[in-house]
Amino acid sequence: MNLEPALNSTISAERLEFAAVGSWTIAHSEALERLVDAGALQVANTRSMAIDMAGVQELDTLGAWLLERLIRRGRERGQDADFTRLPEHYRSLLDEVRAVNRQPRILRARRNRFISALDNLGRTTVGFKRDILAFVEMFGDLSVTLARILVHPLRFRFISAVHHLNRVGWQAMPIVLLITFLIGCIIAQQGFFHFRKFGADAYVVDMVGILVLRELGVLIVAIMVAGRSGSAYTAELGSMKMREEIDALRTMGFDPVEVLIVPRVLALVVALPILTFFGSLAALYGGGLVAWLYGGMSPEIYIARLREAISVTHFQVGMIKAPFMALVIGVVACSEGLRVKGSAESLGLRTTTSVVKSIFLVIVLDGVFAIFFASIGM
Amino acid sequence: MDSSSEPMAIRVRDLVVGFGDQVVLDHLSLDVRRGEIMGLVGASGGGKSVLLRTIIGLLPKRAGSIEVLGIGLDRTSPHNAPTIGRRWGVLFQQGALFSSLTARQNVQFPMRENLHLSDKLLDELATAKLEMVGLTDEDGDKFPAELSGGMTKRVGLARALALDPEIVFLDEPTSGLDPIAAGAFDTLIKTLQRTLGLTVFMVTHDLQSLHMVCDRTAALADGKIVAVGPIGALLASDHPWVKSYFQGERGRALTHPLN
Ligand SMILES: Nc1ncnc2c1ncn2[C@@H]1O[C@H](COP(=O)(O)OP(=O)(O)O)[C@@H](O)[C@H]1O
Ligand SMILES: [Mg+2]
Repeated sequence: MNLEPALNSTISAERLEFAAVGSWTIAHSEALERLVDAGALQVANTRSMAIDMAGVQELDTLGAWLLERLIRRGRERGQDADFTRLPEHYRSLLDEVRAVNRQPRILRARRNRFISALDNLGRTTVGFKRDILAFVEMFGDLSVTLARILVHPLRFRFISAVHHLNRVGWQAMPIVLLITFLIGCIIAQQGFFHFRKFGADAYVVDMVGILVLRELGVLIVAIMVAGRSGSAYTAELGSMKMREEIDALRTMGFDPVEVLIVPRVLALVVALPILTFFGSLAALYGGGLVAWLYGGMSPEIYIARLREAISVTHFQVGMIKAPFMALVIGVVACSEGLRVKGSAESLGLRTTTSVVKSIFLVIVLDGVFAIFFASIGM
Repeated sequence: MDSSSEPMAIRVRDLVVGFGDQVVLDHLSLDVRRGEIMGLVGASGGGKSVLLRTIIGLLPKRAGSIEVLGIGLDRTSPHNAPTIGRRWGVLFQQGALFSSLTARQNVQFPMRENLHLSDKLLDELATAKLEMVGLTDEDGDKFPAELSGGMTKRVGLARALALDPEIVFLDEPTSGLDPIAAGAFDTLIKTLQRTLGLTVFMVTHDLQSLHMVCDRTAALADGKIVAVGPIGALLASDHPWVKSYFQGERGRALTHPLN
């Protein structure tokens, strides 16, 4: 019972008669749309019109709506329009569709391209301000909560903090070690390759040592942590926000900052210096390995040169930066997480923003520290 | 009754489903005839959603067979999954709307993917479906996060009905609706069943729905269907769980409204 539908029309003395036959169902949707569009063109100057339904084998909402649309077309033209010989069991469906689509849809007008570019620019500017405010607000919230925890240390969620420390510190260790080791190898290899032309092989060790301890170690680790753990924080908090878990916490009298954010940020602040320390070691080790295998410098000489070239100051410069970078990553990740709205798309957007923004801020912070250390002579 | 003489919409035989050590459905068998509205009742956490999700192929089964519209779902390869997907519509318990699409786009999504119709007709059809389930045209422009629980259910139903399917699976469709809306919903389901010959498999706790629209009701307890039949037969059943379900305070209020 799957008959090709048809809509036959006859005009007799001021009356337009359509006869619908076959299956008026979604299986024939494209053919039906064509039939009814063609039928609508015939609705012209007759006094009345009718659709004979006796030949309809099957009817579903799509078919019913298309027939109803044809009837409405006739009525718009001021004609008497109705169904004839309507089988009883189709009546209630046609009654259903008679009630729908009564209000004309208001289509939003397309906007001028120039205006919408301006509109975008304006929204971005305002959004930038909102970004800064969100960051500052989260920072303030965090400080107040930390102060409260200092007064009432029992409110600190120790177990949760340790759990996050395990995730962002211990579990990140292998990949951080691998990447920093490779970076150390690459720097040393490039150093030997280019410095050899000037006979300055010995200075490769100075370069590797200072670069790794002061800048690269902490920067690489911070960028990796932003991508690995910052994004996880944003996605976790964002999906908790989406599913109203954060609202639930709040109504039970818990402070989401205290319960969710303080342990996460503190875990990062503890983990990043540790990761930086071991990451730097791995980079120096990689540099030494390349010096030995590629540069022909024995490990004893490498270590002796390293001892001369670097001082505790270089090490301190790198390590001092680490907790601050962790703070920036944590605050950005959490504030972006809490800004997630209801949709999956907004979760993705916020996670991307979180990573991009924290990497950007980490690099800016590094620059600020460079100026600071230079001016105090470290 | 002889099951071979009557076309079955859903045939479940000896179905076993479990998670780890927990066996949720234990050799369950159930038939749903074409064109009937079958209600499923059972305790919360008793496995109603699990049964529904197994029938539509979202959960793996440990044993047994499932046929939907005469197609054994064991043999469905991903290749014919789209074909069967066009023939059924599903309303999930939590709505499961696509969160980055508006209500209207949610309803249009299956149509856009499967049919080649003009945008104008797609818009009209989406509005028609939304209005049929009791929403307004303006609601269509809202995103799922902006809808109330009951509205989410209705959009979910409109989406399940988008392709005028042969079977719809509804998981607690009227929970979260006010009584008037639930009544309108029941009327709509009944109308669609009469005109389209729609088969409906619905999980519900709404005793009113069971009375008003379901042709038959199945009771799920201890992982099995313990009673099937018109609601009158279930009320007379002497299975202890079925008895306590319908003869409890709330059940009695409906069956003996004046007591
Ligand atoms: N994905 C899953 N993993 C493990 N257990 C599940 C899963 N889904 C459901 N269950 C368990 O199966 C049982 C039945 O659940 P469900 O079918 O959702 O109940 P209801 O009858 O209220 O719809 C419950 O005990 C539930 O915990
Ligand atoms: Mg359920």
